[in-house]
Amino acid sequence: MSDTTTLPRPRRALPSMTVIGPVLALVLLVIIGTALNPNFLAWANVTNVLARSAFIGIIAVGMTFVITAGGLDLSVGSMAAFIAGLMILVMNAALPALGVGVPLVLLGMATALVAGLAAGFLNGILITRLGIEAFIVTLGSMGIYRSLVTWLADGGTLSLDFTLRSFYQPVYYGGILGVSWPIIVFAVTVVLGEIAMRRMVFGRHCAAIGSNDQVARYSSVNVGRVRLMTYVLLGLLVGVATIMYVPRLGSASASTGLLWELEAIAAVIIGGTVLKGGFGRVWGTVIGVLILSLIGNILNLTDLVSPYLNGAIQGAIIILAVILQREGKAGA
Amino acid sequence: MKHIIAGIGLAGALAAAPALAQETKVIGVSIPAATHGWAGGMNYFAQAAVERLEATYPELDFVLATASDPGKQVNDIEDMVATRNIDALVVLPFESEPLTGPVQAVAASGAWVTVVDRGLSQEGIEDLYVAGDNSGFGRVSGEFMASQLPEGGKVVALRGIPTTIDNERVAGFESAIEGKDIEVLGMEHGNWNRDDAFTVMQDFLSKFPEIDAVWASDDDMAIGVLAAIEASGREDVKFVLGGAGMKEMVKRTMDQDPMIPANVTYPPSMIATAIEVTALGLVSNAPVSGEFIIGSVLVTPENAEQFYYPDSPF
Repeated sequence: MSDTTTLPRPRRALPSMTVIGPVLALVLLVIIGTALNPNFLAWANVTNVLARSAFIGIIAVGMTFVITAGGLDLSVGSMAAFIAGLMILVMNAALPALGVGVPLVLLGMATALVAGLAAGFLNGILITRLGIEAFIVTLGSMGIYRSLVTWLADGGTLSLDFTLRSFYQPVYYGGILGVSWPIIVFAVTVVLGEIAMRRMVFGRHCAAIGSNDQVARYSSVNVGRVRLMTYVLLGLLVGVATIMYVPRLGSASASTGLLWELEAIAAVIIGGTVLKGGFGRVWGTVIGVLILSLIGNILNLTDLVSPYLNGAIQGAIIILAVILQREGKAGA
Repeated sequence: MKHIIAGIGLAGALAAAPALAQETKVIGVSIPAATHGWAGGMNYFAQAAVERLEATYPELDFVLATASDPGKQVNDIEDMVATRNIDALVVLPFESEPLTGPVQAVAASGAWVTVVDRGLSQEGIEDLYVAGDNSGFGRVSGEFMASQLPEGGKVVALRGIPTTIDNERVAGFESAIEGKDIEVLGMEHGNWNRDDAFTVMQDFLSKFPEIDAVWASDDDMAIGVLAAIEASGREDVKFVLGGAGMKEMVKRTMDQDPMIPANVTYPPSMIATAIEVTALGLVSNAPVSGEFIIGSVLVTPENAEQFYYPDSPF
């Protein structure tokens, strides 16, 4: 009897595997990357990887809240494509009236944020007020936004006016002290997200709802409103990600943002957030996003495996990262 | 009871009578949905051809269906046979394997079958095969690459979605540069997608300190590649060769952009060729069975104007 009670103690003294598992995986990937290619840790490559992670990363921070509160959003990838298309159309249409300049770019950004808010609100209302499963609502809106962007683009590609694109481009490629804007915005989003999750009532309410919404309701948590807010927040962040995405290539098409929703969800889960809800970790999500981006980067930088197998390697690492963090839980 | 059934039969016969008098023939067109630039162009040319032919031949009726996956395409084709009793089917198969059975069933029912671009996995089902020349596409690209780098050089290549089409193109490219002093540093899949191509090219630029030219093998990928090169500020890449003839890229070749010296066609309008020829077979006595292979042509600043379609979405 005494044996069984004393055994777990030394393990508790160490940080649990759920915390260090994802970090270990990330460190391992960095070591492998450096060993395989000396350019891996070069500044240019590091900024490339961080900047390209920013879109999924910003969205995944919002997804962390949705999943923590026991929800799910499959529509974010198509939503991003739709918002990007809408933004390009609005900016091109306002070009003759406003001319190339800061007001036009601000108009584009406002369009993206408003569209993101509205799209998130719509998802949230359908889920909370009408009580439809989040999976079904967002599966539906995923199809709707994907078709809408294809329709807006007439099956082709929507492109930002060339002079306008050159003006807007620094939002992706420019930055402060060699750190580009997407990285800065990503970092700010993460810090704010971490504060909201850990220190604010909103984060605690999300976790409470995710672990047991009945109990949360009896504890006078406004369950519907908090759930709705998570979807609105996610929509807004999709808008923010789109603002960073459009200046990169200045175009949107039916293939924009394909499978972003699954990458965002995978990143959240790798980071230690529980898919069933009840527990969320924003910084873990960042680790998850970086792990996913680094795998692709390392596979491109080396010739170790056939490119046909990239998907298999990614899949294996995702599962491995989750097994690593579950180890601790199984023992606890 | 018998009386009622007879009545329905009579009504049905009456309803069908005017159609029979004009001998309306129905052509079903089943194509993948516009999920990327090339398919968007293909959809545009398919619709344009249907509109033109409906105006020209009042005795022809068209059913156009776009599918976002092979399963949906099979359903579309089954619906066409069941509800519209089509006389001919023009199909651009989403994937060869899953469509072979259903298309074979259409052929067995006696309808004319035209297969476009992607062949079926069994030979001899279709009456007419209209396709681009994928190994020719790769060969023309490879020959251009070799002619532009007479002293040899280092190139990287971006491949499409792993498919037979992509394999044939790459094999054609590789055989064309064989024996020439061209070193292919790396090949990765950019999946005919701008964002993927951007990422792959960024990583190629990190990996290789010197690259002379890029075979992007597709204009969507070429746009991603160009953005990555521009952002890196690298001056060593002399040019990027795309393909398929997107209007924006053909325009840049026409305007003598040194980074885009050429293009190689793989026209999405081949669907129009297929629909027109199929219609011709139904309305006239002209024999149209066999194979119709549309060659890939090198577009240069001199001839670019012929390949520039400003109205097409692609």
